[in-house]
Amino acid sequence: MWWRKLEEKIVYLLMVISVASLVILLLAVLISIFVKGTPYLSWEMVSQTPKGGYYFGREGGVLNAIVGSLYLSFGAVFLSLIFSLPLSLAMNIHLRARPKIVNRIRFVLDILWGIPSIVYGAFGFTIMIYLGIKASLLAGIITVGLFIMPIMVRGMDEVMKNVPVSLIESAISLGSTRMEVAFKVMVRQTIPGIVTAILLAFGRGIGDVASVLFTTGYTDNVPTSITQQTATLPLAVFFQLGSPIPEVQNRAYASALILTVIILIISIAVRFLSNKYYSNRH
Amino acid sequence: MEDTKISIQNLNLWFGKLKILNEINIEIPENKVTVILGPSGCGKTTLMRTMNRLVDLQGEARISGKIMLDGEDILNTKRDITLVRQKMGLLSQRPTTLPMSIFNNVAYGLRLKGIRGRKKLWPHVEKHLIEANLWDEVKDRLHDPASRLSIGQQQRLCLARGLAVNPEIILADEPTSALDPISAAVIENQFYKLKENYTIVLVTHIMRQARRIADNVVFMYLGDVIEQAPVDEFFNNPQHKMTREYLRGAFY
Repeated sequence: MWWRKLEEKIVYLLMVISVASLVILLLAVLISIFVKGTPYLSWEMVSQTPKGGYYFGREGGVLNAIVGSLYLSFGAVFLSLIFSLPLSLAMNIHLRARPKIVNRIRFVLDILWGIPSIVYGAFGFTIMIYLGIKASLLAGIITVGLFIMPIMVRGMDEVMKNVPVSLIESAISLGSTRMEVAFKVMVRQTIPGIVTAILLAFGRGIGDVASVLFTTGYTDNVPTSITQQTATLPLAVFFQLGSPIPEVQNRAYASALILTVIILIISIAVRFLSNKYYSNRH
Repeated sequence: MEDTKISIQNLNLWFGKLKILNEINIEIPENKVTVILGPSGCGKTTLMRTMNRLVDLQGEARISGKIMLDGEDILNTKRDITLVRQKMGLLSQRPTTLPMSIFNNVAYGLRLKGIRGRKKLWPHVEKHLIEANLWDEVKDRLHDPASRLSIGQQQRLCLARGLAVNPEIILADEPTSALDPISAAVIENQFYKLKENYTIVLVTHIMRQARRIADNVVFMYLGDVIEQAPVDEFFNNPQHKMTREYLRGAFY
């Protein structure tokens, strides 16, 4: 029986190695952002828009990009949610009797998930030309909303799929319509999963460069309407990193740090709120 | 002779090419416990799911025949199917509490019927929890999540929830198979009391359970109704050879 013990040890070792290498790699990314970004992070960075000499290393901040990114990602998440929630509910309640169709939808969504965001950017750009919209916050919201939708739908679908069919049936047998089952039972049952799906999609959306590269334009001003151009943090990082001036490059790391912290704060806040809501209502 | 509540006439059901139910004819009398007995896979659960049209949710089912409920064919009714379903409370094998508080579980069906407001709901909720013999155990924690109850309590909560929509019929699909003996006995006793006001259809494969609580027994095997008779006749003087073998324990 010695080989079974050996097998056990080898597999265990492999698991330790993979966990360790993943954690180390991800930590390395985070640490490098923190180490390089923290010294250049200042109140000015988060409270001001770029002033005249900002891109030469002088005064100003990235407030335009922070606000732009928040508008953009909230807008996109909201837009995407309007379509994702009904779709995933329909897939798991209304279409439950037709698994073939549902599996085809899942297949298509998985493919869409795999398409690089630059393709969404290009697609968004074509739509903009077709509809005559200029590069703007609106165009960005539509593009990012499309781009994060497969992530959101599949995230929700994956938890709803696991809701026992007997729960749906007992709600139906009490005389609920399918819509009542969807919103009174299914959504309640899967709230934590739905929140995870939204956060996942939000993280992808707010951090993506390629989808906004063609669609939102770039401006040093904070947008005041959805038809205006807007800056975003990922693009700000991208532009600043491309600068030959070391001071500006360092600010790119500070901007990346701001982006990371925003995602962190929003994730924690949403989690906290949903737990509170969930435990009260459950 | 008692009144017939549900009359199933020449019912056939296919899933795809597979025939699950074959020329089913059953009379279910009012205010009695009718037990559908049979080994696993004989179609008894499907039959029950056809009665409240849950089978609609399984796309590929094809049905012919009639199920007459109070003289109305519910397979071809023009009425809203949710209203037909509300005439029947369903108790499934495992308790399926809704993701909400104990109170709201019972109130769920009442709210669907348009009864709203805590004050109006309260007496109903209390009444049905008492009816399901659960009130004393939960009266101090009605606002706890239903999922915190024990499995046996959850099943009684499901019973209360089903009773709350004021059904005429209780459909129970092996309702005690996941329960401990004591909870099972409580549920059985409730059925015994409830049959004064409700028509009960119980699916089971436990012969002793059938013997304890049935008024009438329907024996099914592989999609056919083999025999149906009052309980004493069924157990003491079965007419059909297959019934006798099943009762002897020759097959399951």
